[in-house]
Amino acid sequence: MAEFFFGKNLNDGFKLMILNTVLCFKTYCMAIKNRLKNQHLLWRAGFGPAVEQLEELEKYSPEQYYKALVKASDKKPEYINVASDDLKNIYEISLDAGRKKNLTAEDRKELNRLQRDAIKNLNLYWFKEMVTSSAQLREKMAFFWHGHFASRNNNVYYNQLLLQVFREHGLGSLRRLLKEVSHSASMLFFLNNQQNKKGHPNENFAREVMELFTLGRGNYTENDIKEAARAFTGWSANPNGSFVFRKGQHDDGSKTVLGKTGRLDGNDVLNILLDNRQAARFITQKIYRFFVNDKPDTTIVNSLADKFYKSDYNISKLMEDIFTSDWFYIDKNIGSHIKSPIELLVGIQRMIPMQLDNDNVMMNLQRILGQQLLFPPNVAGWPGGKSWIDSSTLMTRMRIPQMFADKDELNLTPKQDDDQMMGRKNDGTANVPTVGKKKAASAGMIIKAKMDWPQYISKLESVKREDLIPKIKQTLFQANTDVDKSLPGTIDASSRESYIKSVTIQLMSTPEYQLS
Amino acid sequence: MLIKRKEFLQLGSLATASLMFPKFLKAFESRALVPPGNKVVVVLQMSGGNDGLNTVIPVRNDIYYRLRPSLAIRKGQTAELTDDVSLHPELTAFKALYDEGNLAILNNVGYPNPDRSHFRSMDIWQSASQSNQYWNTGWVGRYLDAQCSGCAHPTQALEVDDVLSLALKGGTNNAIAVKDPKRLFGESNEKFFRDVSKNHRSDTHDDEKPVEYLYKTMAETLSSADYIFKQSRLHPSGAAYPNTELGKGLKTIASLIFSDINTKVYYISLGSFDTHVGQDAQQTKLFTQMNDAVKAFTDDLKTNGRMNDVLLFTFSEFGRRVAQNASNGTDHGTANNMFLISGGLKRKGILNVMPDLADLNEGDLKYKVDFKNVYATVLKNWLNADADLILGGHYDLLDFV
Repeated sequence: MAEFFFGKNLNDGFKLMILNTVLCFKTYCMAIKNRLKNQHLLWRAGFGPAVEQLEELEKYSPEQYYKALVKASDKKPEYINVASDDLKNIYEISLDAGRKKNLTAEDRKELNRLQRDAIKNLNLYWFKEMVTSSAQLREKMAFFWHGHFASRNNNVYYNQLLLQVFREHGLGSLRRLLKEVSHSASMLFFLNNQQNKKGHPNENFAREVMELFTLGRGNYTENDIKEAARAFTGWSANPNGSFVFRKGQHDDGSKTVLGKTGRLDGNDVLNILLDNRQAARFITQKIYRFFVNDKPDTTIVNSLADKFYKSDYNISKLMEDIFTSDWFYIDKNIGSHIKSPIELLVGIQRMIPMQLDNDNVMMNLQRILGQQLLFPPNVAGWPGGKSWIDSSTLMTRMRIPQMFADKDELNLTPKQDDDQMMGRKNDGTANVPTVGKKKAASAGMIIKAKMDWPQYISKLESVKREDLIPKIKQTLFQANTDVDKSLPGTIDASSRESYIKSVTIQLMSTPEYQLS
Repeated sequence: MLIKRKEFLQLGSLATASLMFPKFLKAFESRALVPPGNKVVVVLQMSGGNDGLNTVIPVRNDIYYRLRPSLAIRKGQTAELTDDVSLHPELTAFKALYDEGNLAILNNVGYPNPDRSHFRSMDIWQSASQSNQYWNTGWVGRYLDAQCSGCAHPTQALEVDDVLSLALKGGTNNAIAVKDPKRLFGESNEKFFRDVSKNHRSDTHDDEKPVEYLYKTMAETLSSADYIFKQSRLHPSGAAYPNTELGKGLKTIASLIFSDINTKVYYISLGSFDTHVGQDAQQTKLFTQMNDAVKAFTDDLKTNGRMNDVLLFTFSEFGRRVAQNASNGTDHGTANNMFLISGGLKRKGILNVMPDLADLNEGDLKYKVDFKNVYATVLKNWLNADADLILGGHYDLLDFV
């Protein structure tokens, strides 16, 4: 190769030197490419690169890296149980026909408060899993399914059970996943299926399972919904959250759903829906928009959907097809995704691990930015993409890194949520705006974050000062930008450490950092 | 760009200007400057599901008293409108507006297949969808889309709040949420943000790219923050308002209405009206705040000659059940009433029949008027907008404006 470039007159030593340079250069290029691609992979198949991973990103190819991600997500997840003993006791009494009349109005209030508290803890527990777990792919899939099979419920046990379904079956078979979700107390109650009885159908569940979970609008008729609703009659759940089939309420007559006729039950209908190729297309397209690009590429989606259907809905296989393809790593797809509020907040904490003094800060930030875990807006989930961004959310997003770094005040009040709070404040008193100078309880909240900078700074140890900004840009951004030219005048250069900190915080406070 | 005269005086050295032509300046600030006929809507959202039956009270209805043994409000204790109808005792300013002919009450407003979740029902009201549709845009947001294609400031609609509601999110434009114009101005004026926005070279080949969308939103936010702040100082209301969130919010709205701002719709919320327990105390506190703030606001509008140009209306995501519950409260219901306040009402007073408590649907009021007919009327008759386009369907117009 060197001969081809330089002719035959060069001595061998020199040739070797040139060759080495070319190879070195190539290795260096490879490393840069690997890092960018692996960061892309980690943002999409997980919640972004963690500070501990920074060095290894250049060493492995994306295929190797994806294998490692899959392996880390292999293990069956441990069940998350945040319900306190107090809650358990009082909840059990409330379910016991004999003892429940002993509960006073105060006890019931206390039960509601404990449920609310537990749901908050479940939210924060799962959030922390997203930050710290090495099973990034599993948690990301669970996060996707939580938005796809979206439900809200004031009972923490139902929430825990459904979350476990997403974490355990999110990478398994869609047939199993759909069945587990459809048997979950959270979904059945959310969509009123306990009211769906023979002769008195409630079509809510039947409608959403077709419109939002499997086929999409326009791929079934109103009559299909009516008939499917009959098949789901009698599907309900016990107060402990386990599925129950109430035979007496079930309509076991003949029905016709999507052209299939028989004495169909709910499970038959779920299978009929998935036997329809449209279900594979609908779900694959949603996965593509969530994991790859908000603008679907029809050719790619169709070919993925074909394989997904042929594999009888093997989700792992579909995700492997996506994350090991060449097209996943092309420019068009890198840095093209607007991070959801959870992706943004988790992503910051993976890079700069931190401890927040006040749990309510994280809850309020989720609400202010429009994505509170366990509280999707409705059964259709979060719309995503550009809908995350308006003037208020964008300005808040860009101020968050500074709030964390400066022990700032969260001077914003989220909208009230009466489905959770029932007109009360956290302390149980009536929720009425305060009069005069007293600040509302949720506003003026001081953000105290203990940020673990040493780890992050140590990763930049060998970087020369003049190379720090380019290096930090590479770490934080997925697309080329010259946004750093606005840095002068806003950087604390008094020490190397404050320099790194302030550059990092400022670069996180940009439009570019909203993208992955 | 031409700076308007009033804005110019504001921006230039005020001290010099007022020393040189004090009377001239004063004359400029007089009410005649604001073009009359610039119609404005103020939406007051009563979050949490206000109990309409204890708001507009059927004081001669036996069923009302029978179903609410400890919660019903007695005839003598109320602000009386007619022999049959009274308002909650705190709503004295609303009664005064009624007596002056500046108030209308629309009963039995709701929608088919009502949902009893706060979140969902609020989404239905804010998006103006049917109850089995999930829309990601709101009716005011779509109004904004229609008004602001490629305009410099998407300020035709403003929400006085920290967080933007679905109601004000459009398909291509989002309204601005601003609780305090000065604070928004301060935050958006941070040097780094200004520089980042200024230094960005937009990719004109692909303004569909997410990064371009983010920079566009950022630039609009910064310029709108400037614009709103300057406008809010042009003719700040000097009237006394109650020291409550709603009082302060309505004062901000009044100051903007008196300026040259292009805002046509203002949106503000009060709550929580979710009175499952101890309703009387909670609703009374909220009504005191609402009554005092609305009184200050309408007095201010009258003083400044704008009462005929402003339409304020209230709504809540649902009403409450007719029967009280065991905790001296009420649970989630369905249809509800709305207040419509303006000097420009074509029909005033009680516009339609009070709820029929003898004809209930499993203990709930039946709706008679779809709220989307109200929106259509406001959009078409008050804002002169294409209601069919904005609401995604035709709704017959009512005749209150």
